[in-house]
Amino acid sequence: MKAMLLAVCAMVVIAVGANFALRNYAGFSAQERTTVGESVRLDR
Amino acid sequence: MTILQQMLRVFVLILFAGGALAQDGPADGPRAATGGAQTLEDILARQARQPVDDGFRREATGDPDAAAPVTAPLGTRGGASDSDLWRALRYDSADVTTRNNGPAATVLIQDGGMWWLRFREGPLLGYGAWFLIGTLGVLALFFLLRGRIRIDGEKTGRTVTRFKAIERFAHWLLAGSFLLLGLTGLISLFGRKYLIPTFGHEAFSTFAIGAKWVHNNVSWAFMVALVMIFLFWVIHNLPDRTDVKWLLKGGGIFGGGHPPAKKFNAGQKLIFWSVILLGGSISLTGLALLFPFELHLFAPTFQKLNDLGVPGWLQEGRSWPAALTPQEEMQYAQLWHAIVSLVLLAIIFGHIYIGTLGMEGAYDAMGSGEVEEQWAREHHSLWLDEVKAREAGTDRAGTKGAKA
Ligand code: HEM
Repeated sequence: MKAMLLAVCAMVVIAVGANFALRNYAGFSAQERTTVGESVRLDR
Repeated sequence: MTILQQMLRVFVLILFAGGALAQDGPADGPRAATGGAQTLEDILARQARQPVDDGFRREATGDPDAAAPVTAPLGTRGGASDSDLWRALRYDSADVTTRNNGPAATVLIQDGGMWWLRFREGPLLGYGAWFLIGTLGVLALFFLLRGRIRIDGEKTGRTVTRFKAIERFAHWLLAGSFLLLGLTGLISLFGRKYLIPTFGHEAFSTFAIGAKWVHNNVSWAFMVALVMIFLFWVIHNLPDRTDVKWLLKGGGIFGGGHPPAKKFNAGQKLIFWSVILLGGSISLTGLALLFPFELHLFAPTFQKLNDLGVPGWLQEGRSWPAALTPQEEMQYAQLWHAIVSLVLLAIIFGHIYIGTLGMEGAYDAMGSGEVEEQWAREHHSLWLDEVKAREAGTDRAGTKGAKA
C-alpha cells in the first residue's frame, strides 16, 4: 500500500516537474518554436 | 488617335512581351515545339506510369540574376514570373520566409489529411470502442465460465516475499500513469464525437485542456516506470523450456493442474513483453506527437519495409510511401499511437482482471509484496523452490530465515 501511495506522489511530482522544465528550459511552446520575428519577409 | 488604334498598340505590345517571354524557354531540344512546356510524349509517358523527367519544370523557376532593371518593362518581376514562383513552391526550392517558421510551414498543400481525418473519426473510433467493450465482455464471460481461480491446497499461513518495495513502487508508477494516460487519451480520442454532444463545447473544452495537460506530462512518469520495470524484471522474462510446457498445458487454466513455473510463467512473460514493446512504441510515437515534426519515424520505417518487400506480401507490387510530408508523419504517428494504445489497454484489462478478481492471492504480490506460500507452490513452484533453497542457505549462515 505504501509503495502505491509513494508511486502516486512520484507521478504527480514527475508530471509537475516535466511541465515546469519543458516550459522554462526547453522552449516548449508553439510560439517560441515556430516564429522568427515580427515581420513576414523583409527584416532579414 | 482612335480607340481602335490605341487597342492595336496595346495588342502589339502584349504580343511583343509574350514573344520575349517565350524566348526564355529552350529554342531547340525536345520541348521546342511547346516552348519549354510539357509535351504529348510526357503526358503519354505519365499515363503509362513511366518515369518523366520533370527537370524542364523543376528548374524553370526564373533567373533573378538576369532580371530586367526595375524601371524596365517587367523589371518588377525580379526575374521570376508568378508561374516560376509557383513551380519553385511546388518543388520546394523556393526560399520562403514566413512569420511561422515551423518545420511544416513551407508545405502549402498536402493531400494525406482527409484520409487520415476520415479514418480517425470513422473506423478508429468505431472499431476501437467495440474492441475495448468486447474485451470487457470476454473477461466477464471468462469469469462466468471459470470463476475465480482459488488456492487449491491447504493454506499454510506462512508467506514469502515476492516483490521488494522498489519493484512495487515501479509497478504502481507504471500502472497509475498508464491508467491515467489511457483515460485522458480516450477522452481526447472520443471527446469530439461523444462528450461534446453530451456536455457541450464549453464544459468539454475545460475538461479537454485538463486532460491534455495530464496526458502530456504524466507520460514522463510512464516512461520512467517502463525503464525501471524493464531493468528489474527482464532477467526473469527471458523465454525458456518451462514456458513451452506451460503453454502446452494452457497454463492449467481449465483444470489442467498447475504446470511448473519460475518467477514469471509464460502468460506473464507475454504480458511483460507486450508492456515493454507496445509501451515502448507508444512512448516513441508519443514523443513524436509531443515534439511536433522533430522525429521522423514512419518514412524511414516504410523505406526499410519496402526494401524487405513486406508490402508485397499483402498485395503484389505494392509499396508504402517512403517520402512523407511533415504533416503525414504526424498523422501516421497519431494513428499508430492510438491503435497500439488500444491494443495494450485491452491486454492490461486482462492483466488487471487476473491480478485482482480473477485469482485468489495474486493481488498480495503487489499489495504487501508477501504471498501465501501455498499460492506460490501452485503458481510458481520452481521459483518457490529457489527461494526456499536460498533461505536455507542464508539460514545456515545465521541470518534471517523464512518469515513465519
Ligand atoms: C490496477 C491495476 C493493476 C493491478 C491490480 C495489477 C496487479 C499486478 C499484480 C498482482 C502483479 C504480480 C503478479 C505476480 O505476482 O506474479 C502484476 C505484475 C505486473 N504488472 Fe500489473 N497490475 C495493474 C496494472 C498494470 C499496468 C497498467 C501495467 C502496465 C502498463 C502493469 C504491468 C505489469 C507487469 C509487466 C507485471 C509483471 C508480469 C506479470 O505478472 O504479468 N500492471 N500486476
